[in-house]
Amino acid sequence: MPLDWKSISGPWDSGLAETRSSLEATAVPGLTLSGSFEFSGQVLFSDLEFRLQPGSWTCLLGASGAGKSTLLRALAGLDTGGKFSGTVETDDREGVEDRISYMAQSDLLFPWLTVRQNVSLGRRLRRQRVDESRLDQLIFDVGLREHCNKKPAQLSGGMRQRTALARTLMEGTPFVLLDEPFSALDSKTRSEMQSLAYRVLKGKTVLLVTHDIAEAMKLGNQLYILKDNNAINHPLPSSLPVRDVNSREALEAQARLIGALNS
Amino acid sequence: MSNKSEKSRTSGFTDLSVRKPRLVDVLLSVVAIVVIWQVVIWVSGVPSFILPGPSKVALALLENAALISEHAWITLLEVLAGLALGTLLGIATALYIMMSPIAQRLLMPVLVLSQTIPVFALAPILTLWLGYGLSSKIVMTLLIIYFPVTSTFLDGLHATPRGFLDLARTMRASRLTTLIQVRVPAALPSLASGIRLAAVYAPIGAVIGEWVGASQGLGYLMLLANGRVKIDLMFAALITLCLLTILLRAVIGIVCEKINDWAGQTP
Repeated sequence: MPLDWKSISGPWDSGLAETRSSLEATAVPGLTLSGSFEFSGQVLFSDLEFRLQPGSWTCLLGASGAGKSTLLRALAGLDTGGKFSGTVETDDREGVEDRISYMAQSDLLFPWLTVRQNVSLGRRLRRQRVDESRLDQLIFDVGLREHCNKKPAQLSGGMRQRTALARTLMEGTPFVLLDEPFSALDSKTRSEMQSLAYRVLKGKTVLLVTHDIAEAMKLGNQLYILKDNNAINHPLPSSLPVRDVNSREALEAQARLIGALNS
Repeated sequence: MSNKSEKSRTSGFTDLSVRKPRLVDVLLSVVAIVVIWQVVIWVSGVPSFILPGPSKVALALLENAALISEHAWITLLEVLAGLALGTLLGIATALYIMMSPIAQRLLMPVLVLSQTIPVFALAPILTLWLGYGLSSKIVMTLLIIYFPVTSTFLDGLHATPRGFLDLARTMRASRLTTLIQVRVPAALPSLASGIRLAAVYAPIGAVIGEWVGASQGLGYLMLLANGRVKIDLMFAALITLCLLTILLRAVIGIVCEKINDWAGQTP
């Protein structure tokens, strides 16, 4: 089990989140994207095939400008400025559009809303009733119970990103798209956030876009490298995340990964 | 919030309306102006029917307090009504333009073109159409502040951080909900700065309206005093107008600060 858990021990470290996540995990589908992508006349990807395994973390690694975020935005149905022709299919054929939640590098908290209101944003924007007890539980899970009535300006960077994580969880969708959500944090907070996110998002089909090799090594169940207009599957250590990035196994895998990136 | 004062300190030098002057500084500069004013009169020997001294003006202010306050009340009424109506109309226009792509295409050019009309030049027409009463001045005030309010709010509505809109999109918010719950709150600081601007412009509109044709108001009183060579009274009315504008600007400033605090942003 991950070493970092000690550093985030606190009232939220209750195991409740895991129990619930594993219950939800029973029917989570996988997702396959295939097709090609054009960006202002130029082909960014052709015949791309890219699969998110059900209930696990898929990391998408690549240099800046390789098109990682573009892919994620295409999956999320967001404007990419390019043209995607192909299909996004879920294993249960039920469509992907309204079953996705999205978390970005910037926490995207609305400054005029409190933590509670930000966490329940999705419901508010869809004019749905907010499940207060679920809301309380999620805020508790990410350790923000004492801060739930504060506005984002009163929070630290780590607390803000935990709020964003709780907001993502509150959506309760099977697919979670993470666009470099930890890269703006300092290294200690980042490490805590990675472990927390892995724990609370367990059982969901997660795509993590990152340029951080160690992060991919730490959190990935599968790993794709975006390179030469293609997504290449790259093997990861057989151990389960969250991996200790300083273990011998991880360091060796990391060396191979760097080799693959530079080849 | 501690970072608020820091922000206004660093950005204050470009925008006079944002920086908050200290009361002591204000009093000092007022005293300085009065002293210079008096000195100019002593040195140049200007006759008091051209430029009365501060003491004469102060005396006129006291002697005609009832008269001046009666007219000031009318001007204040015109300013407040024009400000309220112009702001509401500006907000409504900006929201309508955001909601309807057709309005955006057809209304925007008209709005921009309308700015080539010097609004002051409309004052005689407004008086012709609406008469000598309050309504022509209210409409004049409204016309002067309408465009700044509309355009600053519209700019704010267009400047919503893209990430907020992306998030709302993935949460399947409707267009209308996105406008009301995302774009509008994010644009409130812009609207606040538009209203601040309007508070300064509004008295100009009212006074121009009064100059063109009125039987009441500070602008009317100034013309009247001028015609009867009561220059001290004219100055007293002018100073009252300045005080009125400053007061209005201060009150609006406090309201706008509250709005910004709520929106979690500082201008």
